Amino acid sequence: MERFDVLIIGAGVTGAMIARNLAKYDVKVALLDKENDVGNLTSNANSAIIHSGYDPLPGTNKAKFNVLGNKMFDEICEDLDVNFYRVGSLTVALYDEQLPLLKELAERSKQNGVEVKLLSAEEVKKMEPNINPNVKGALFAPTAGIVDVFNFVVHAVENAVDNGVKLFLNEEVTSIVKEGEYYKVKTQKEEFYSKVVINAAGCYADKIASMVEPIDWKITPRKGEYFVLDHYKEGLVNHVIFPLPSEKGKGILVTMTTSGNYLVGPSSELTDEKDDYRTDPPTLKNVRAQASEMVPSIPFNQVIRVFAGNRPTCTRHDFVIEYSKKDKNFINVGGIESPGFVSSPAIGEYVVEQLVKPILSMKEKANYNPKVRKYHRLYNEMREDNYKFSNEHLNYSEIICNCEKVTLGEILDVLSRSNPPHSVKALKRRTRAGFGKCQGGFCQPRVVLILAKYYGVSPLEINYDGEFSPILLEKIKGGR
Amino acid sequence: MRTVDLLVIGGGSAGMAAAIQAKKEGINDILIVERDENLGGILNQCIHNGFGLTEFKEELSGPEYLARFVSQVEELKIPYMTSSMVIDMTREKIVTISSKKEGVFKIKAKAIVMATGCYERGAGAIQIPGDRCSGIITAGTAQKYLNIHGYLCGKRVVILGSGDIGLIMARRLTLEGAKVICVSEIMPYSNGLNRNIAQCLNDYNIPLYLSRSVSKVIGKDRLEKVILSAVDEKMQFIPGTEMEIECDTLILSVGLIPYISLLDYIDCPTSSTKGAKVNEHMETMIEGIFSAGNCLHVHDVVDFVTDEGRLAGHGAAEYLKGEFKRGEKIVVTPKDGISYVVPQEINKDNEEDVTFKFRVRKPVKDVNLIIESNGELVAKMFKPVLIPSEMVMVKLSKDKLANVDKEVSLRLEER
Ligand SMILES: Cc1cc2nc3c(=O)[nH]c(=O)nc-3n(C[C@H](O)[C@H](O)[C@H](O)COP(=O)(O)OP(=O)(O)OC[C@H]3O[C@@H](n4cnc5c(N)ncnc54)[C@H](O)[C@@H]3O)c2cc1C
Ligand SMILES: Cc1cc2nc3c(=O)[nH]c(=O)nc-3n(C[C@H](O)[C@H](O)[C@H](O)COP(=O)(O)OP(=O)(O)OC[C@H]3O[C@@H](n4cnc5c(N)ncnc54)[C@H](O)[C@@H]3O)c2cc1C
Repeated sequence: MERFDVLIIGAGVTGAMIARNLAKYDVKVALLDKENDVGNLTSNANSAIIHSGYDPLPGTNKAKFNVLGNKMFDEICEDLDVNFYRVGSLTVALYDEQLPLLKELAERSKQNGVEVKLLSAEEVKKMEPNINPNVKGALFAPTAGIVDVFNFVVHAVENAVDNGVKLFLNEEVTSIVKEGEYYKVKTQKEEFYSKVVINAAGCYADKIASMVEPIDWKITPRKGEYFVLDHYKEGLVNHVIFPLPSEKGKGILVTMTTSGNYLVGPSSELTDEKDDYRTDPPTLKNVRAQASEMVPSIPFNQVIRVFAGNRPTCTRHDFVIEYSKKDKNFINVGGIESPGFVSSPAIGEYVVEQLVKPILSMKEKANYNPKVRKYHRLYNEMREDNYKFSNEHLNYSEIICNCEKVTLGEILDVLSRSNPPHSVKALKRRTRAGFGKCQGGFCQPRVVLILAKYYGVSPLEINYDGEFSPILLEKIKGGR
Repeated sequence: MRTVDLLVIGGGSAGMAAAIQAKKEGINDILIVERDENLGGILNQCIHNGFGLTEFKEELSGPEYLARFVSQVEELKIPYMTSSMVIDMTREKIVTISSKKEGVFKIKAKAIVMATGCYERGAGAIQIPGDRCSGIITAGTAQKYLNIHGYLCGKRVVILGSGDIGLIMARRLTLEGAKVICVSEIMPYSNGLNRNIAQCLNDYNIPLYLSRSVSKVIGKDRLEKVILSAVDEKMQFIPGTEMEIECDTLILSVGLIPYISLLDYIDCPTSSTKGAKVNEHMETMIEGIFSAGNCLHVHDVVDFVTDEGRLAGHGAAEYLKGEFKRGEKIVVTPKDGISYVVPQEINKDNEEDVTFKFRVRKPVKDVNLIIESNGELVAKMFKPVLIPSEMVMVKLSKDKLANVDKEVSLRLEER
């Protein structure tokens, strides 16, 4: 029975960044997730904005980690080979009575140490020709950015695994008891033993925390529904466009994504079910109406998908990052709602340096490598040097996904990595195969066959997402 | 840089017909680029009968139909590249090809025929309410799994949308032992051909529900049930009409859309077909770039695709030989009751008859089709029945066209 020094429950962005920070040290780390892939829940369905930090109330964990985290993204994304662009954000006032609120936000930014600028209506219109012409002004935050959230988590875990962390998928933690020096963490399949346990279970963090002691906080997911638009002509918006925030959140935004799509959303309603990812027409209609108020010309006929994500909203209204009351060897990192993604590098560093280090003796590894193996893409803004690579590696000129121009070489590359995809969805997240306008209509059969061949199984065993979500049900008589 | 006189993008029915026609008219330097392993396009997976009635006066299967064109391509020694996809294109007709065997390279063409076919609208595009589970698949993809790879994607199936592919899949799945519970169509009429409703649904006692759609999909991992609700005239669900159906698969046959990303890159104007805007030679608004088949407008009968491909091939040949006459432009517009017309523009000096292809907005009976120019009647035709699922073709002779100036429009008139 393998015993671990640290076991992390949850391989969302929070768990991933904690794991990556721990991987610098000579400790034995296990990273567990109940899903069939890392980053499959909240970290997979959000706005992907690297917020500047103008909005959280000064003095909160949210303000602190957001501002720190934002500054860390350039280097991490370089090391992890993840697309990240500091495009800047505009928080727009559409009515005169909103202008004082903009000033208040500017003041808050100053207290948080975030660089912002108040813009006049004319200045906003120049920067965003498609904005509602009645715009009254905006708060410009140049340090806000957009990131490829899928590969951020995937590559962070890959890098952690390359540096010695052990990843266990499809392991749902069902109970935690302390036995002597170790915690016994039971899943539906097996038992793990670890000195330190870190709870980074997202919307389920209250459930996990309650397995060791009664807690005074609770997570009620708040659902956000979105539209994804196809690669539409450039310049629908040039920055992340926010309305003014309210107590329900930062409001419905319009932004481009790192892959040149546009994202419109999210809504914000409480839901009682932690795994409710349903979308519904009235909510989406409302999202559409609100977004159109800011940017009237959004081409909703270019929608290729709708989706929902659940914010792990906590009764404390702030991130819970602390030792459990009973025992320092159990650490809660819960209630990580927005701005949780941007905060994750700072949270990961804090948890390891400030919470784990004092309770576990750890030495830095000599051979720690912060970088992942370089990813090659044929279709990366059509750069000529990519062609050269493709011509030297012909796999990279055999296109599997027509819409996103994903090649066989890219698919075989991600399959050969230390955090490989096991499902069609996991492959899509990594390579974008099936993410385009036909949504896998053309490439899904090819992808299923490639996965089956690679893993040496029948195509009947290839799942769309979780372990029990096959795509094909039966082989026909006479079929190949 | 490599060069070619005529580059045909897409080796389906339209592309092959265009290349064959151009070759017959004396164009020798041709290249067909096809992203699949074989020529033939969508017909490779259409193993049912019903192709070629107009072209060959025979009823052929899809693969039989396409084989006749592949052998002509071979006989005429028209060069083609398979497993090769055009990934970029400029207005100057410099095209980037990514090829399994030859890598990525550029080629400059003098003329291009775009024949890239169409794609299916899926769950995302129609924003199906409810869970995100596996077991929701488009009809064409299900057809490919079954007919090309030999796998059944479902055993208890509901089909949403009564387009032809959905109807054909209803029969095909039933024959393979799956239970097709029903076909549900949001419109008050079917979008499939009548012969397909008779042969694919009625013959197998599969019910077709009209004015009904999926109001919710339910399933944790794999689909478990769908809720079908009736819709009112505004396509809103009517509460209290829910039907809960246990099934493992929802097949979507909810529309095909011309696949024209390449034309989008070069800002090529489009029409209400969602394909390129073209003149009577199937030339887009960018000189020397032609378009035909499902990427121009979605067809239901392949014989007409072949015909349109030939028209584009002929146009490209004339263009390359410098025999192309460009006169004053006549704008063609669809009016009352008509959703689109191809072509959208005619050259006044055109020396050939012009065929208008159009679809009606909703099923109609006993109407007159009126062709007018500047308020004056050009032609009037009685039509006993017109339905949106069948493309209509009307020919206007060059003599009649001589009377037309600047604009011409088509509309329906009740009698
Ligand atoms: C609509 C929306 C918009 C957002 N927009 C932004 C934004 O623009 N910028 C930003 O910075 N943040 C944003 N956020 C917040 C951000 O997405 C989250 O803060 C972040 O993803 C949380 O990561 P996490 O790792 O804590 O949780 P998760 O990603 O949910 O990860 C938790 C993991 O724990 C696993 N788990 C749970 N229970 C168990 C168990 N019993 N056993 C094993 N594993 C378990 C889960 O499977 C899951 O993978 C947004 C969130 C939402 C919902
Ligand atoms: C499922 C189905 C059933 C049908 N049933 C009937 C029937 O019973 N009877 C009948 O008469 N008609 C039927 N039809 C209609 C008719 O067969 C089709 O409309 C016709 O085959 C379309 O031909 P096409 O050349 O326009 O498109 P396709 O056959 O789709 O060919 C387009 C080709 O272009 C290639 N391509 C696309 N983009 C690129 C690129 N960038 N680079 C290189 N290559 C590219 C594609 O791989 C494809 O091979 C059916 C159609 C479908 C879809």
